[in-house]
Amino acid sequence: MTAIVDVQNMGKVYAGRFTALSGVSLQIEQGEIIALLGPNGAGKTTLISALCGIVTPSSGRATVGGHDVVTGYRKARAMIGLVPQEIALEPFEKVINTVRFSRGLFGKRRDDALIEKILRQLSLWDKRNSRIRELSGGMKRRVLIAKALCHEPRVLFLDEPTAGVDVELRRDMWQVVEDLRQSGVTIILTTHYIEEAEAIADRIAVISKGRILLVEPTADLMARMGQKTLRIDLMERLEAVPEALAGYDVSLSADGTSLSYTYEAGGERTGITRLLQALAAEGLALRDIQTKQSSLEEIFVGLIKEGEA
Amino acid sequence: MNLPAIWAIYLYEMKRFFRTLMESLLSPVISTSLYFVVFGAAIGSRIDEVEGVSYGAFIVPGLIMLSVMTQAISNASFGIYFPKFIGTIFELLSAPVNFLEIVLGYVGAAATKSLLIGIVILVTAGFFVEIRIMHPWAMLAFLLLTCISFSLFGFIIGIWAENFQQLQLIPLLVITPLIFLGGAFYSISMLPESWQTVALFNPVVYLVSGFRWSFFGTADVGVGWSLLAIAGFTGICMGVVWWIFKTGYRIKS
Repeated sequence: MTAIVDVQNMGKVYAGRFTALSGVSLQIEQGEIIALLGPNGAGKTTLISALCGIVTPSSGRATVGGHDVVTGYRKARAMIGLVPQEIALEPFEKVINTVRFSRGLFGKRRDDALIEKILRQLSLWDKRNSRIRELSGGMKRRVLIAKALCHEPRVLFLDEPTAGVDVELRRDMWQVVEDLRQSGVTIILTTHYIEEAEAIADRIAVISKGRILLVEPTADLMARMGQKTLRIDLMERLEAVPEALAGYDVSLSADGTSLSYTYEAGGERTGITRLLQALAAEGLALRDIQTKQSSLEEIFVGLIKEGEA
Repeated sequence: MNLPAIWAIYLYEMKRFFRTLMESLLSPVISTSLYFVVFGAAIGSRIDEVEGVSYGAFIVPGLIMLSVMTQAISNASFGIYFPKFIGTIFELLSAPVNFLEIVLGYVGAAATKSLLIGIVILVTAGFFVEIRIMHPWAMLAFLLLTCISFSLFGFIIGIWAENFQQLQLIPLLVITPLIFLGGAFYSISMLPESWQTVALFNPVVYLVSGFRWSFFGTADVGVGWSLLAIAGFTGICMGVVWWIFKTGYRIKS
């Protein structure tokens, strides 16, 4: 495997004051999907913008396909497709024209067959002659993807691709991303939804306050971080945790109507089956059961504490 | 040189012009006709010839300049301001294009639009007065240079402007007064002597004068000075545009 995107010690200070990136180094391998995971303001968009040419890095360097993003910007950018976070499209333009424009901007000759293929893949072909302002939010996001793909990039940056997108479209997007990966495109996406990163990324880079805290294969990170809580709502109030459950890490809510059980989601044995059997044996009637994944914030708190330790 | 990119930007901008063709061409035609009715027929009938030319014909070069300059500025400034305003500028910044290619696309399109409008006004004027063009090539060169230089100037305004008010500010407060005071409707020799000296500090005087010379062979200032003025203005604008892209002023942090 060779690194198609290689970021070395990159920093960005805005207007001489605000440090958005600090000593970021990251190697992204060809054909992988990597998620940059972090809260708002972590520096995800700045990192992408620095690689794509929208902001100028203050320090460090980066290459895409071996081409420096500053000194060899033409060759580097020709390999990159960018889907921005904000929906930025000219409202009065037709879908097909705006996609053709993007292809032209990247120095490629008009190719109607390719554009038809991309628009069909994104279920936009029927809308090709619609003006942008007539489209729904989800459709507009697809147009942005079509614009980013129409010059056949080898590296695709998706900045918060599913922010404000309904569940169905989110699944469609993930499918599109998977199809692209199948065709050999390297994908870098930013998100603050851990579920999204978990669902589609091969590796996750956690970024906070302009620094990369860790880069790990998704499965490893989820196993390490994925604590879940099982909440069991009871039909009847309890005064205390029944003795039969004393061996479990179970706590009773203040009002006595629900039990909480924390376990490792990635562990071989979660203990849920035995716990439920024990509850049944106690004759406790259940009203509802729900599980809750550790939130991203909790994971961050954990990571930052680890970093400090 | 990324020629397809220049062409893509140029075509995209021209499409907007043709999408609103009626508004783009009809309004200059109507306003020119109004100028002819007011200045040519109503007021002009009471004015004798100016420098051997009937007043109606005398104002034609000034009228063309007035429209070309304002249209070039508004087209070019809007052309680059709009992507900034709606956020599509990201696409230009992340594409494999350099500043020269972006400028060629946007300024080329704005200059073409204003050139078309200039020609339409010239044809419209032909319906009102008899027009002779003594130096047609020089006329075309002056027209083209004005279109290009004022489109460059408009491009700078579009980059500088942070809102729609600022977009209008310089055209309304600076350019329109300079054009009106620049001898578009009169020869500066008609001004009191002290004002003639003041007028010579107005760069538009040189442009209108040179353009009028190409029609009638008479000018307020020497043709050489006119050429120098427009070349200088173009040069300054190019320098500023180069600096904008070098520093990323108001487009890139």
